[in-house]
Amino acid sequence: MTPIRAIGRPALRATRTIGAVALFAARGLSGFGPPRAILRQMVQIGWLSLPVVGLTALFTGAALALQIHSGGERFQAGDVVPAIVAIGMVRELGPVLGGLMVAARVASSIAAEIGTMRVTEQIDALVTLSTDPMRWLVTPRLWAAILCMPVLVATGDIIGIMGGWLVGTTSLGFNSASYIANSWAYLEPWDVTSGLIKGAFFGLVVALSGCWFGMRSGRGAAGVGRATTNAVVAAAVGILAANFALTGLFFE
Amino acid sequence: MIRMDGLTKSFGAKRVLDGVDLSVATGESLCVIGQSGTGKSVLLKCILGLERPDAGQVLWDGQPLDRARFMARFGMLFQGAALFDSLSVWQNVAFRLRQRMDDRRARAIALDKLARVGLAADIADLMPAQLSGGMAKRVGLARAIADDPAVIFFDEPTTGLDPIRARAIDALIRGIVTETGATAITITHDMASCRIIGDRVALLADGRIAHDGPVADMDGAPALAGFLGNADAGPGEHAG
Repeated sequence: MTPIRAIGRPALRATRTIGAVALFAARGLSGFGPPRAILRQMVQIGWLSLPVVGLTALFTGAALALQIHSGGERFQAGDVVPAIVAIGMVRELGPVLGGLMVAARVASSIAAEIGTMRVTEQIDALVTLSTDPMRWLVTPRLWAAILCMPVLVATGDIIGIMGGWLVGTTSLGFNSASYIANSWAYLEPWDVTSGLIKGAFFGLVVALSGCWFGMRSGRGAAGVGRATTNAVVAAAVGILAANFALTGLFFE
Repeated sequence: MIRMDGLTKSFGAKRVLDGVDLSVATGESLCVIGQSGTGKSVLLKCILGLERPDAGQVLWDGQPLDRARFMARFGMLFQGAALFDSLSVWQNVAFRLRQRMDDRRARAIALDKLARVGLAADIADLMPAQLSGGMAKRVGLARAIADDPAVIFFDEPTTGLDPIRARAIDALIRGIVTETGATAITITHDMASCRIIGDRVALLADGRIAHDGPVADMDGAPALAGFLGNADAGPGEHAG
């Protein structure tokens, strides 16, 4: 019995948790929340994440160009740099690294903010003011993240490709016009679209993780700290797992 | 009238409420006292539906409490004021009002309520983090009464305040309850507050109501003897 219990209990617990998170997400996404709150969250989640996502994309695109050039040179394929940088950025690195950076910045801040509201009874206060905390706190964050992440990913894609172009034209001897032409030539619409869809999904993962752990924060500073850590870890792992699943779904 | 019939609530093996029977008449001010950790706040949360009781029920005007209808006519002052950090003082006070009127009208009412609790209009645009503890309590009180509620709960309204500010908050609460005719329940372990705010006092001990009677009679109540005897030394032991 003991080994069966040892497997069964965590499996049941995991199933319960997945079900509860799915219901939480469904409740959060039903309706749209107050427009002012969504706009405020779009600034917090989208606008304020632009610098970190842009810098990450710039350096990633630049490093990718260097790697592909030095690796491609081994079999005389150094010319593929523009195409591979473009495809790599829009399909994979733009959404994943953008998602991870937003997870680090946003999941933690959402969990800390909502967790602090929980321990200081602000969420109870919302209830006593006839306001549904899900509608007021969770819904605007989920929708703002879902709407903003594709824009962040698109911006990151462009900046990442620019990073590759910068290195390609200044260090690797590419002609500027032909680099840009080669970047476009092999890029298909679905490459870009799939990355943007991934971005929207990663946005949901990030905001959902922050809201879920924030709403379940334990008491005191330690409780909020744990909620914040758990939110970032869950969001990062969730993004990587979802990326694998979505890549399989889109390209296999 | 609010009536609690046999409210029972446990957390794990610990039974916090063990069949609480208690009522408060319309327009009456009831103080619930008890040591820290005896379930006073849990009792309030059970009434509000923030905690689900394991057994028992809460009646409002003879009917099972309809939470949405109740909340629409309800205000509460939380122990730590529980002001929303991201909103300014007037936006906190006018939180409920702004859901059904324009900002200009809501702000005017908020300023009026702030004046009622002794705060000047120049703090209206401050953020909660810029307020002292006493000011935050007053803003919380203004928010609680902003929509002229029929029922107001006060959760340890004087905790963390010095005696002078504590008595000022007590006097404000008593004045507001008297002039609005609201039904009030105050959770406290400050007996001085009890004397000012309450019409009736109930002692919660070991999950049950150990004493329930008028504030005027509490000095002679055996169940309150220990509690009253140590009142000057702060919250602590009681006989029951």
